[in-house]
Amino acid sequence: MGNFWTGYLEPGLWIVAQILVMILPVAVSVAFIVYAERKILALMSLRRGPNIVGPFGLFQSFADFIKIFFKETIIPTGANKVVFLAAPIITFVLAMIAWAVIPFGPGLVVADINVGVLYLFAISSMGVYGIVMAGWASNSRYAFLGAMRSAAQMVSYEVSMGFVIVSVLLVVGSLNLSAIVEAQRGLWFAIPLLPMFVIFFISTLAETNRHPFDLPEAESELVAGYQVEYSSVSFVLFFLAEYANMALMSGITTILFLGGWLPPLDIAPFNWIPGTIWFVLKICLLLFVFVWVRATLPRYRYDQLMRLGWKVFLPVSLIWVVLTAGALVAFGWLPTKG
Amino acid sequence: MIVQAIAFYLFAAIIIASAVMVIAARNPVHSVLFLILAFFNAAGLFVLVGAEFLAMIMVIVYVGAVAVLFLFVVMMLDINFVELRQGFLNYLPVGALIGLILMIELIFVLTAGTVTPVVPAATGAPIPAIGQVTNTEALGAVLYTRYIYLFQASGMILFVAMIGAIVLTLRSRDGVRRQDAGKQTGRTRAESVEVRKVAPGGGV
Repeated sequence: MGNFWTGYLEPGLWIVAQILVMILPVAVSVAFIVYAERKILALMSLRRGPNIVGPFGLFQSFADFIKIFFKETIIPTGANKVVFLAAPIITFVLAMIAWAVIPFGPGLVVADINVGVLYLFAISSMGVYGIVMAGWASNSRYAFLGAMRSAAQMVSYEVSMGFVIVSVLLVVGSLNLSAIVEAQRGLWFAIPLLPMFVIFFISTLAETNRHPFDLPEAESELVAGYQVEYSSVSFVLFFLAEYANMALMSGITTILFLGGWLPPLDIAPFNWIPGTIWFVLKICLLLFVFVWVRATLPRYRYDQLMRLGWKVFLPVSLIWVVLTAGALVAFGWLPTKG
Repeated sequence: MIVQAIAFYLFAAIIIASAVMVIAARNPVHSVLFLILAFFNAAGLFVLVGAEFLAMIMVIVYVGAVAVLFLFVVMMLDINFVELRQGFLNYLPVGALIGLILMIELIFVLTAGTVTPVVPAATGAPIPAIGQVTNTEALGAVLYTRYIYLFQASGMILFVAMIGAIVLTLRSRDGVRRQDAGKQTGRTRAESVEVRKVAPGGGV
């Protein structure tokens, strides 16, 4: 029995504890991301935003959550029940499990796997299923149109995201996320790979179905796209997943281009602050840009979206991969085997 | 090791069950969803044997790209389910034959080492142990040196298939009004907006 305790139960409980420490802050921070988005949007359009519930309206998101939680779950008559209920669950689970490989600081990661980048890419490429299943199972025109748009959009932008990741991997020489961050000591990849950074950030906007690429849920034409038939908890799961995905994509961008937990300069006042705080600050900065873009840009037309993905981003990122590889070989900058 | 064994049998059982459901499900969309479940669990098996790179590529390529397109097409088709099930017995012999041939081929490949030890020595490349290098590195080192011509050849075949698909579906129709993004964004205020004084009752 002792073997069972030390061999399975203890590491098992330790893993569960790590998961809880990881997931709970993410779930709670979603509430504050929503609050921050509403507040920033309000300030940008000269309104006040939420200011009634709690100090400065800080508890608004929790109030909304409790309200929506007690609503009735409605399943449409024509809906395919199992798929209809599975869709939000899949979306939420995918948004959460991706956090397992995100390093919050040196060694501060639940699963430090060799192929961390590929894992994140795989998880984000599966995100489309939740939306497509929701759209199909709802048995509604609006939901279906939204799902179709979303599938095409996410598949298109994944291609150029893949090439961006390849160019970063060429420079690093490893697929481990901690190794990628460590490789940026001295110079963040956002500077030498600036075009890739811009392409990657715009692609993450499309991947998370955020403005100006929110065609799947364009409320002026599709009501709310794939979410139209959802209510109560199933809607909350979609909503939480969307914002958790935003934070996740900001985290990935930070790791790939903004030096993860590294301070901007490795000198006295900056490296006093722990790496985790730098990491969270960088995520907050990118989240602010997400909201800023939403407040500033109008929605893209569908053909413009496809044109940008296939005719602009794909060739540019492909050429940049070739250039990066060529420069690394020509100047002898190839990463040495570690 | 018990946990690994349990995980293996769990993944394997789900793969077989969902593979059966792929051909048994009444609704084609459910079939595709079960196919995706099978792919996903196959990736789980790859993780169990330590082939993490193949597992992730499996999920990215099959689950993330190929199956999405399957699902896309199947959802858009207007399929008569009853008609679809009618040809089942007609196609059964052909399907069984293909399955049998595949199984015989697999047995040949897997037992080649024990029957003639020369074969794997001639065809296989030495692979370093998992502990020494990551399997991404091991795969790359073999794929881009020893098998470079085969690798390039498969790339060419896929390229030709892509061009073929584009040529087959390319139709040029008359009277299509294309969007020209350069022209659209190049418009200026002077050429698109005009302010006129309109006399009452006079019209523009």
